[in-house]
Amino acid sequence: MLSVKELRASVGDKEILKGLSLEVKAGEVHAIMGPNGSGKSTLGHVLAGRENYQAIGGSVEFDGKNLLDMDTEERAREGLFLAFQYPVEIPGVSNMEFLKTAVDAVRAHRGQEAIDSVQFMKLAREKCKAVNLDDQFLKRGVNEGFSGGEKKRNELMQMMLLEPKLCIMDETDSGLDIDALQVVAEGVNAMRNEDRAIVLVTHYQRLLDFIKPDFVHVLSGGRIIKSGDHSLALELEEKGYGWITKEVA
Amino acid sequence: MSQSEQAQIDTLLKNDYEAGFYTSVESDTLPPGLDEDVIRFISNKKGEPDWMLEWRLEAYRGWLEMVEPEWAHVRYPKVDFQALSYFSAPKSMADKPKSLDEVDPELLRTYEKLGIPLHEQEMLAGVAVDAVFDSVSVGTTFRAKLFEAGVIFCSISEAVHEYPELVKKYLGSVVPRKDNFYAALNSAVFSDGSFVYIPKGVRCPMELSTYFRINEAKTGQFERTLIVAEEGSHVSYLEGCTAPMRDENQLHAAVVELVALDNAQIKYSTVQNWYPGDKEGKGGIYNFVTKRGVCHDSAKISWTQVETGSAVTWKYPSVVLRGDNSVGEFYSVALTNNHQQADTGTKMIHMGKNTRSTIISKGISAGQSQNAYRGLVRMSQRAEGARNYTQCDSLLIGDRCGAHTFPYIESRNPSAVVEHEATTSKVSEDQLYLCQQRGLDAEKAVSLIVNGFCKEVFKELPMEFAVEAGKLLEVSLEGSVG
Ligand SMILES: Nc1ncnc2c1ncn2[C@@H]1O[C@H](COP(=O)(O)OP(=O)(O)OP(=O)(O)O)[C@@H](O)[C@H]1O
Ligand SMILES: [Mg+2]
Repeated sequence: MLSVKELRASVGDKEILKGLSLEVKAGEVHAIMGPNGSGKSTLGHVLAGRENYQAIGGSVEFDGKNLLDMDTEERAREGLFLAFQYPVEIPGVSNMEFLKTAVDAVRAHRGQEAIDSVQFMKLAREKCKAVNLDDQFLKRGVNEGFSGGEKKRNELMQMMLLEPKLCIMDETDSGLDIDALQVVAEGVNAMRNEDRAIVLVTHYQRLLDFIKPDFVHVLSGGRIIKSGDHSLALELEEKGYGWITKEVA
Repeated sequence: MSQSEQAQIDTLLKNDYEAGFYTSVESDTLPPGLDEDVIRFISNKKGEPDWMLEWRLEAYRGWLEMVEPEWAHVRYPKVDFQALSYFSAPKSMADKPKSLDEVDPELLRTYEKLGIPLHEQEMLAGVAVDAVFDSVSVGTTFRAKLFEAGVIFCSISEAVHEYPELVKKYLGSVVPRKDNFYAALNSAVFSDGSFVYIPKGVRCPMELSTYFRINEAKTGQFERTLIVAEEGSHVSYLEGCTAPMRDENQLHAAVVELVALDNAQIKYSTVQNWYPGDKEGKGGIYNFVTKRGVCHDSAKISWTQVETGSAVTWKYPSVVLRGDNSVGEFYSVALTNNHQQADTGTKMIHMGKNTRSTIISKGISAGQSQNAYRGLVRMSQRAEGARNYTQCDSLLIGDRCGAHTFPYIESRNPSAVVEHEATTSKVSEDQLYLCQQRGLDAEKAVSLIVNGFCKEVFKELPMEFAVEAGKLLEVSLEGSVG
């Protein structure tokens, strides 16, 4: 589904990703771990097509298409979703309105009609419940005054509604209380299926106890320097990153 | 001067200008220029009584002594008042485009985006619409309903003939003839406009709208509107249409006067979308408007405006809170794009005790436009316990535009409270990115963000208007990103 080859990318004029490769197939769950500042969020933004995040080398294929050729919104409509590490607020725009506009944009891209408002309302309420957010959050402005944990659950709710093919979740587990972590994990597990791929960026092995990844990668210095299975995460938990960076160096 | 002498002079004068304008009478359009004869011609053409003509002439003489104001934060080439034509009867059916095929396709594209039905598109574009199609039937049914309630809703020209006592009493009572340069000009040459009278204790059974009088609404760039709400009555009035009206004239100088007697309530909503000029800033309407209302005891006047059109806007809908416990409100969205300039705001003049006013102003600037809020809150000596709350927010799209805030506060009563809050924000790259990552294109994203920013004002608009206002913003913002 996603094939990243020797990707080099810069933010502004600083090169951050330095030849990163990653293969993700439909149905798989990948976890990406790595020290602060190693380039995890940058990878997410480059894939999502954020302004000023320039790919300067390598290639990215998404569902057989050249991802780097597509506009930001086109990538989203094609089914690439990024749950943000720091979701921004859009004051005055209700979550409901925002979500319906987004869902309709994706539907239009697939040649479907706009979703019926009543039906959408029902669906949105259902998803709210699934992430343990009160209905009131649908009426409030997008992320406006949401607590850190609420913002993260709101990201997951959006992901559930948009039903993307590829979910990139950037530290959705950070800042969640123990119960919320459980809720998010259940939500993600419920979305796992053979047509969908999930990439989890996380610092905590704890999340991976709830969501069992097929692969674990270590990103450091703008490259994936080690890959393994779930046991790699356990090892990292115990020993930190130092031994790998040394091993590679 | 004896009466017969006067009559003689009148006849002479009449003959004189009838002859003088012989050819133009045929074409029903005056050649450019303004003098007393032109005013006599207009008044005569409308068959006005003498007092009306005198009223106009007095205004004209006042205007001659006045100078064009220059304090507003706008720049534009000076208007040559002698180069304008001050009377033009509605175009005959023969001059109008025969079908939508003959109308500027760009204009039609805009209509389509606004979701205006085909028949209405024809009316707006000035297509010669079959008489059966015209709003005549709509007009008659709603007129009957209003008549039953005792509400008068007609053109100001009709009112001069049918209700001279009301017009004499209230015309110019809120905006005096010599109030300002443009108001004086309007008083001298106003072509037409609306007159509304709501009798004591009556709640007007429907929203009144210039839309219903679309033909008359097109009559000219010097409209005059007068609304009188008797004690305890209520009325909601909608002005303007949400589609751009192309206008060959450059200057639009309207006057609107509202009178809310004890316990009366007037809600006046405007969606202004005159032609803003092209992307390079060529053409467009100069919108210099004087709007003011007077509140008597416990009365309430509420102005809501969505201003997206015009090349230059200069407009301050105001409320004089004369009576005790009266309430004034001003909710405004002013959007400027490309090279548009807007200097708009309000004046709340607190005279009575315990008067209250609320000002919510949302300015949005895009392109290379300039958008200024200018507001005056005056607490007079007598305004014991008066309160004002002002919130003034500016939103910038891009970095070539400007937002400016000029709040003026004058308080002569220590018990009066004036609160002012102002913010300036930008549509951030992060917000756009969030929207785009969810599948919205940049334009849709901006319009969504801007609509959110305007929410507090939109919720004051009547339902259908709010929806259209939202769409209108979207159209007006076209090309502001990317
Ligand atoms: N706009 C920018 N200009 C310059 N450097 C930047 C910019 N954005 C990010 N960086 C740098 O790029 C590097 C990678 O940042 P990134 O956010 O991808 O790290 P991360 O792996 O997600 O870290 P964390 O675990 O703390 O979230 C950091 O050193 C960061 O300071
Ligand atoms: Mg990060």
